[in-house]
Amino acid sequence: MCLAVPMEITSLDGDIATVEVGGVTNQVRLDIVDRRPELGDYVIVHAGFALRCMDRAEGRETLRLFEEGLQLELL
Amino acid sequence: MPALPFAAWIERKAGKPFDFLRKVYSLNFSEPYHDPEICGKVLEAIRAEIDRPLRFMEVCGTHTVAIFRSGVRSLLPPEIVHVSGPGCPVCVTHEREVAAFLDIAGRSDVIVATFGDLMRVPGPKGANLKSMQAEGARISVVYSPFDALDLARRHPNSQIVFLGIGFETTAPTVAATVLMARQEGLKNFSVLPLHKLVPPALEALLAVEDLGVNAFMLPGHVSTIIGLKPYLFLAERHGLPGVVTGFEPLDILQALLIMIRQRKTDKPTIVNNYKRAVSDNGNPKARQIMNQVFDTTDALWRGIGLIPGSGLAMRPEFETFNAFSRLGLQLPEVPELPGCRCGDVLRGRIAPNQCPLFAKACTPANPIGPCMVSTEGSCAAYYKYSI
Repeated sequence: MCLAVPMEITSLDGDIATVEVGGVTNQVRLDIVDRRPELGDYVIVHAGFALRCMDRAEGRETLRLFEEGLQLELL
Repeated sequence: MPALPFAAWIERKAGKPFDFLRKVYSLNFSEPYHDPEICGKVLEAIRAEIDRPLRFMEVCGTHTVAIFRSGVRSLLPPEIVHVSGPGCPVCVTHEREVAAFLDIAGRSDVIVATFGDLMRVPGPKGANLKSMQAEGARISVVYSPFDALDLARRHPNSQIVFLGIGFETTAPTVAATVLMARQEGLKNFSVLPLHKLVPPALEALLAVEDLGVNAFMLPGHVSTIIGLKPYLFLAERHGLPGVVTGFEPLDILQALLIMIRQRKTDKPTIVNNYKRAVSDNGNPKARQIMNQVFDTTDALWRGIGLIPGSGLAMRPEFETFNAFSRLGLQLPEVPELPGCRCGDVLRGRIAPNQCPLFAKACTPANPIGPCMVSTEGSCAAYYKYSI
């Protein structure tokens, strides 16, 4: 029920955005998203609404911190 | 249980060097989170660092499915025990609430709009929305709550009732839809407000019994809305760590490693391991819209009973969009399903295969309880991935 999917914004028109992932295109509403996304942003999509803009930098940071925590060598 | 292909791939690749930077900076955003080589590294760390049994509970149906489907469950060392909690909204919908929406579906002046996963939930005498639809009831499966507004425009002489079932992830989408309906002045659209809130349920579970759980895996997309604050009581009052995490195999493995490391410290905390999707403060805009339309209320949970402050009721100014008052309905009294132990499964008291009906009288093709109906139910996941 709480399934939500990261999708990329491919066009914006008022309160509605077109999103795409893996060749699947859909339209989502932007009523409740935390900030207005820009073209190329990823948003978490649930039940036809964007819930939040994904944060690429945070995603990388989580991976990096974990890599450091594991004390692995970075190439 | 045999390891699934993904799990075998991790095992084979574990220990080999990998091009970390290439993965982290890859164009495909989620690729690193299901990369077998990185997962293998984290799994190695879990195996090396675990020094005592860890019984963790997840409270999200999407986690239930992800843990099974990825094969992660079959790779975990025996010290780690996975328990599913009340994290599937369909499963925790009370028998009386199911009876209420089936009553509504039986009315000739109503078109029910619902998410598909409610179609086969059995109510009194085994009836469900799907069987009622076959007998002529007007029931429309929608992808989004706002699709119900389109139904309302196209059927001005019918009452359109959207079944408002779901957690904090879904409730803001329904609230936004109610605001649209009000703005448009739609007179034939209403919501059956049965939404439930996750933190009060955890609080209620921990208040009445010892769950025997050492840590919580907290729901990623519920947290997208509510943030970390509502979970702090887990650490502060119960000394239990909680990790908000995502749904890729790496998210789940990382969460487990964080739990193992947290238990070695004296100060358990709530950790955000899903920062790419969850801000520590959640989504205040979505909460504002949710709180504009809904107020907290006591709610019935299947197998648990009445939990104070765990549900969402329509605020008085939106009463015209409340299906209960629009149709003059109350929750009917109904008997419990005989033999069904979904309630004990939802509280982590028994594993699904310890229910006497499991895989015998109750199967996904012929489900008796909601935990077997919903694809996110723990009984359905056990059945699909363990048998």
